[in-house]
Amino acid sequence: MNIITLVKQTPDTAKLSRTLNGLQLSADGQPRIVNPWDEYAIETALQLKEKHGGKKVTALSLGKPEAADALRTSLAMGADEAVLISDPALATVDTLGTARALAAAITRLGGADLIVAGRSAIDGNDAAVPAQLAALLGRPLLSYVAALKAVDAGAKTITVVRALEGGRETVSATLPAILTVVKEIAEPRYPSFMGIRKAAKAPITTLALKDLGLEASALAAGLSWQVGLPQTREVNCEFIAGTPAEQAEALVSKLIEQKVI
Amino acid sequence: MTTPFTPEHDMLRAVVRDFVRTEIDPHTEAWEKAGRFPAHSLLRKMGRLGLLGLSYPEAYGGGGGDYWFNTVLLEELGRAESLGVSLGLCVHTDMATPALARHGSPDLRERFLVPAIKGELVSAIAVSEPDAGSDVAALRTRAEIDGDDFVINGSKMWITNGTQADFLTLLARTSGEHGARGMSLIIVPTSTPGFSVSRKLDKLGHRSSDTAILAFDNVRVPRANCIGVEGGGFKIQMEQFQRERLAMTLMAITSMERALDLTRGYLRERRAFGGPLLRNQHLYFELAGLYAEVEALRQLAYQCVRSYVAGIDMTREASMAKLIAGRLTRRVADTCVQFHGGMGYVEEYPIARYFRDIRLYAIGGGADEVMLEVIAKHQGMGPKSK
Repeated sequence: MNIITLVKQTPDTAKLSRTLNGLQLSADGQPRIVNPWDEYAIETALQLKEKHGGKKVTALSLGKPEAADALRTSLAMGADEAVLISDPALATVDTLGTARALAAAITRLGGADLIVAGRSAIDGNDAAVPAQLAALLGRPLLSYVAALKAVDAGAKTITVVRALEGGRETVSATLPAILTVVKEIAEPRYPSFMGIRKAAKAPITTLALKDLGLEASALAAGLSWQVGLPQTREVNCEFIAGTPAEQAEALVSKLIEQKVI
Repeated sequence: MTTPFTPEHDMLRAVVRDFVRTEIDPHTEAWEKAGRFPAHSLLRKMGRLGLLGLSYPEAYGGGGGDYWFNTVLLEELGRAESLGVSLGLCVHTDMATPALARHGSPDLRERFLVPAIKGELVSAIAVSEPDAGSDVAALRTRAEIDGDDFVINGSKMWITNGTQADFLTLLARTSGEHGARGMSLIIVPTSTPGFSVSRKLDKLGHRSSDTAILAFDNVRVPRANCIGVEGGGFKIQMEQFQRERLAMTLMAITSMERALDLTRGYLRERRAFGGPLLRNQHLYFELAGLYAEVEALRQLAYQCVRSYVAGIDMTREASMAKLIAGRLTRRVADTCVQFHGGMGYVEEYPIARYFRDIRLYAIGGGADEVMLEVIAKHQGMGPKSK
């Protein structure tokens, strides 16, 4: 059973303070971290290997060359291999373009029995890529998974518990499948020092668009968006002076005058 | 600025910082009240992550790294809320086990170093005595040779991890010679009959760390438990003291930075006389000056690490660094309490504990006055100089 875990390097949103134009947070030059939700995905992937007969865990990321740091953390936690999709043409790609590139990379890697991702990324918070990936690969998506109930690599089935608003849902699917996981699934392990030593020396495969047989034009963003402030409203504020009794009387008169009461 | 740390060191730092924040800091109050931290369970957790043998040989379960990895560990332990826990851990990694790792026989390393690195055994260094603290050459605990055994009698004082340790790295007299000669460094399992904890000491600070007086009444251990050659203990321990001084300095530096950061944060929030106190030039000038001195000490400490990694003697520089750390910590702690005003005097604010805790650094691991003697000797001065 081959497992791929999707890892995104994100800004440390707790530390962002500078803005580009007073509206958008700027992450340039700020420390970057492994998307915290993905740590749960990595842990799930490792447990699938350790407890459910998995063979190999590959950490897959799409990002700038420095996203390799996030992959090294995955390796230090115990992933067997790491692959980075990085290409200047991907700088402005949207979630669908990301999913297309990931799908091509996963196919190139020979596919996977299980693809595990975090519930969303803390920067964009779209939670769209795993669903789009499932559609592109034609695989079932099990989102917001809070527990693994049964994994049968032989029969190629998986049963999980999904955490939904106001309830739980136990569902089964056939493998290969895609999971997105929430916090309850497992406590992410610390990378061990031995893991760090190994990860520092481990090679990270980097794939460009041409390695995936993709054209930049095929990944162009389908959505455009802009950021702005809501329209401001003119508000007049009047303070009523006097004793509490006088204030109450004046207030009631005004409300009657304005036909509020 | 250039850094001696590689991305590998940075990854370790992230792990240790996270570990301190989630596995140690939340328990500070409880462990301070209890008068000890749970050494066995905490060391087990650290052992599983490989944090207890960062620079020890891989053959004994260590990480095979350089001392910059220990530097990272110590720096992050220095940032913990409770320096008592940090010291207990530092004793295990940098005081009680290095001599064993460097000079112990393969059998001794197998029996004690391997489980210490795994975090299965808690260690303590037993050198100081009621009448021989900084004056190590005056120690009186005896290990009489009886066939293949040592028979140990005497007592040890100021022993960190003393009530919880599974084994001690003990310095005792093994011959009738006086002064520095005739001492041996011996591994003593605390399960040996005749060993007892006389009492746990009630200290000003470092309250989450158990410090004890230990008694030895005909404690019999094999002579094979001797680290290095019999009679060579003093020399090994003197060499070990350099690492100990450096380790304490490294923790002191980040602890001071944390205290200054806390104070800066407090002064930014605290408003008086029409604005945040941090806008008061006297206050920020004082803090800026202290940050500068801490940075200067860090650079001296890093030079010591470079020498240690290269195997070059750094007795003079490590002693200077420890002396400066002992003195600077007192000024930093005092300034931080003063700048907190009344809030610096109550236990609700972390700075009060820091004030109590850090006072140890001018006394433990060789007092300021011992450092001055060592430095004076290196500079050609002292009672025996011409």
